[in-house]
Amino acid sequence: MGRAGIVKGSSIAPLAQYRCRDTGRFIFLIAGFSLLFIFLIPGSLFGQDCLTCHADKGLQDAAGHNISVDGDTFGQSIHGSLNCSDCHADIKEYPHPDKIAKVKCATCHAGEEKELSGSVHSNSADHPCTSCHGDAHAIFLKDDKRSVVYPLNVPKTCGACHGNDGMAQKHGLPTVFPSYIDSIHGSALTKEGLLVAANCKSCHGSHHILSRKDAQSPTFKANIPQMCGNCHAGITAHYFEGVHGKAVAQGKMDAPVCSDCHTAHAIEQPTAAGFRMQSTPICGSCHKDKFSTYRDTFHSQLGALGGYVETARCWDCHQAHDVRPTADPHSPVNQANLVTTCGKCHAGANVSFVQYQPHANARVRKLNPALYFVRLFMNLLLIGVLTFFVIHTALWLFRSRYDQAAKKAAEGEPNA
Amino acid sequence: MPELEEAAVQTPEIDTKENEEKTGRYFVRFTRAQRTMHAVLFSTFLGLAATGLPLRFSESIWARRLASEVGGFGAILFFHKLCAIILTIAFLLHVKDIFNRGIMNREKGVFWGPTSMVANWKDVKDLFAHFRWFVGLGTKPKFERYAYWEKFDYWAVFWGMIVIGFSGYAMWFAPFFAHFLPGWALNAVLVIHSEEGLLAILFIFSIHFVNTHLRPGSFPMDMVIFTGVESEEEFKSKRTVEYERLASQGKLEARLGTKPASWLVNFGRVVGTIAIAIGLILLVLTLTAYFGE
Repeated sequence: MGRAGIVKGSSIAPLAQYRCRDTGRFIFLIAGFSLLFIFLIPGSLFGQDCLTCHADKGLQDAAGHNISVDGDTFGQSIHGSLNCSDCHADIKEYPHPDKIAKVKCATCHAGEEKELSGSVHSNSADHPCTSCHGDAHAIFLKDDKRSVVYPLNVPKTCGACHGNDGMAQKHGLPTVFPSYIDSIHGSALTKEGLLVAANCKSCHGSHHILSRKDAQSPTFKANIPQMCGNCHAGITAHYFEGVHGKAVAQGKMDAPVCSDCHTAHAIEQPTAAGFRMQSTPICGSCHKDKFSTYRDTFHSQLGALGGYVETARCWDCHQAHDVRPTADPHSPVNQANLVTTCGKCHAGANVSFVQYQPHANARVRKLNPALYFVRLFMNLLLIGVLTFFVIHTALWLFRSRYDQAAKKAAEGEPNA
Repeated sequence: MPELEEAAVQTPEIDTKENEEKTGRYFVRFTRAQRTMHAVLFSTFLGLAATGLPLRFSESIWARRLASEVGGFGAILFFHKLCAIILTIAFLLHVKDIFNRGIMNREKGVFWGPTSMVANWKDVKDLFAHFRWFVGLGTKPKFERYAYWEKFDYWAVFWGMIVIGFSGYAMWFAPFFAHFLPGWALNAVLVIHSEEGLLAILFIFSIHFVNTHLRPGSFPMDMVIFTGVESEEEFKSKRTVEYERLASQGKLEARLGTKPASWLVNFGRVVGTIAIAIGLILLVLTLTAYFGE
């Protein structure tokens, strides 16, 4: 308390000492008492001593870097109770050398340092603590709004590098910040200030950030369902009841995890038109045969046009997270549940109606003979009629034009 | 009067014998009801084609653009169904008219004979004779009131409306139709609807356009479907057998009409040009999408 008070008052105290000495005895006394207090603790330098010089906002070192310190802000910061020399340990006395040693945060924050050294950000020259924590003299607790690692500020902080195409290219990483900031998580954070909305840290961690190729990483494919489940617990539970979740649990990593369908950063509201429009090709990237037959149907034709997003997409029938085999009595596409499932959109759906095959393949005779022959007949009719009449009409056209030209020539018209 | 003469100059009648003098007489070919029927038919058909094609080729770029222009699929479906209902009513009125004339009033020539739409032996002979003439192996056949390709147009549309209409309604009211159709039929109706629709579009916008409107002799369009009348020369050259039959029966005068008003000719020309232009654009879009699939 006392020290903080001193530092807080430090911008006034020197002034009082040097300029306003004869303005009042009271101020002189306080200043004198402060000086006395400092000299009682040998070997450490107090803020207001340093601030005598470093409070000058224009103060620069030999290399031209600004080396001023805002005493007020520092005083309020998490390190405000420390002395300058606690971090700048190589400075013992005034005047100090021009070149001073780099501050070692690890002196106190050994745990964080250890975590960081094993992470993708281990190169301390590229990633000093200040690259994420900001101004060393203005570090606040992470739940303080002024902190650059406050949940609402994290994306901007990480985005300083990860929203930068040059940096992304250098490390072969995608520029994720724009994707994230427009995503459902980013919108919740920026538009609504929702503290629980996932920010970078929620998925990637903070000091111990690992590549997604590292099996220890929360963003490693096998770990993603659990990681998302930290917030979306219900959906993760459903997911592990479905075929995809079960396959992943058995180590079959061809099966999709959350990010394969929802993407990692550009996550959209699944009910939004944008996501509904792009969702069927996502399922189709694995289920190619089912996607191809789906595209033959009215559902797909309607769906592809946009503006009419209600039309059935894969998960409207199969469910999104607990996708189950058709034989499973809990599957919405189990024969016993079809009337209910189709009835969600088709009022009046009955047992006969649900005989409709949403993935019928008219091209394969064995699978759907009736449909195959209907298609064959219609195609032959189309080709037959058009071929006959194209020949007929082309010949007619040539013959008429020939007669017309001959007649005009006979009449002596030019350009016949 | 001058407009009509101009029109005659603009659309030279190649079949008209040069030395034949223009009589200035006009004969009725289509009644007002028939012309109205054609207008309703082509307007709704253009509407159905323009709203059906984006669905058939929903993956193509223009389909999405067109759909988003008119308000997405919801709007497209609305217009498609609206046109379908109007066309269905027109079709039923036509069937009722045929039923009344042919069966109730026992009017002759509806189901058989030279003025009937039903194909006969002469049509088969005309078809072969026409082909022989195309390749320079014979003289041009002379046609009755309705030539074989006109009868084909009629029956293609008749069959098409039943097939496309039925399959369309089966999709629209699928749960209802499911009461008496087998399950696979619900799959089949889309195949039928889209293939038959595609056939109709390709046929009308290429074959019908050229046969009836764009070929030399009628280019750029046959105005008789708008005005209802044609000049004596045109009548005589295009439908020689009918002309001669009426003349021999002394019934020619009964078919005499009046010269079409200039506004009607202009109106028909504008509407016809727009219809043909829309049709040709849709044809190009269809072909690019079909071969781009």
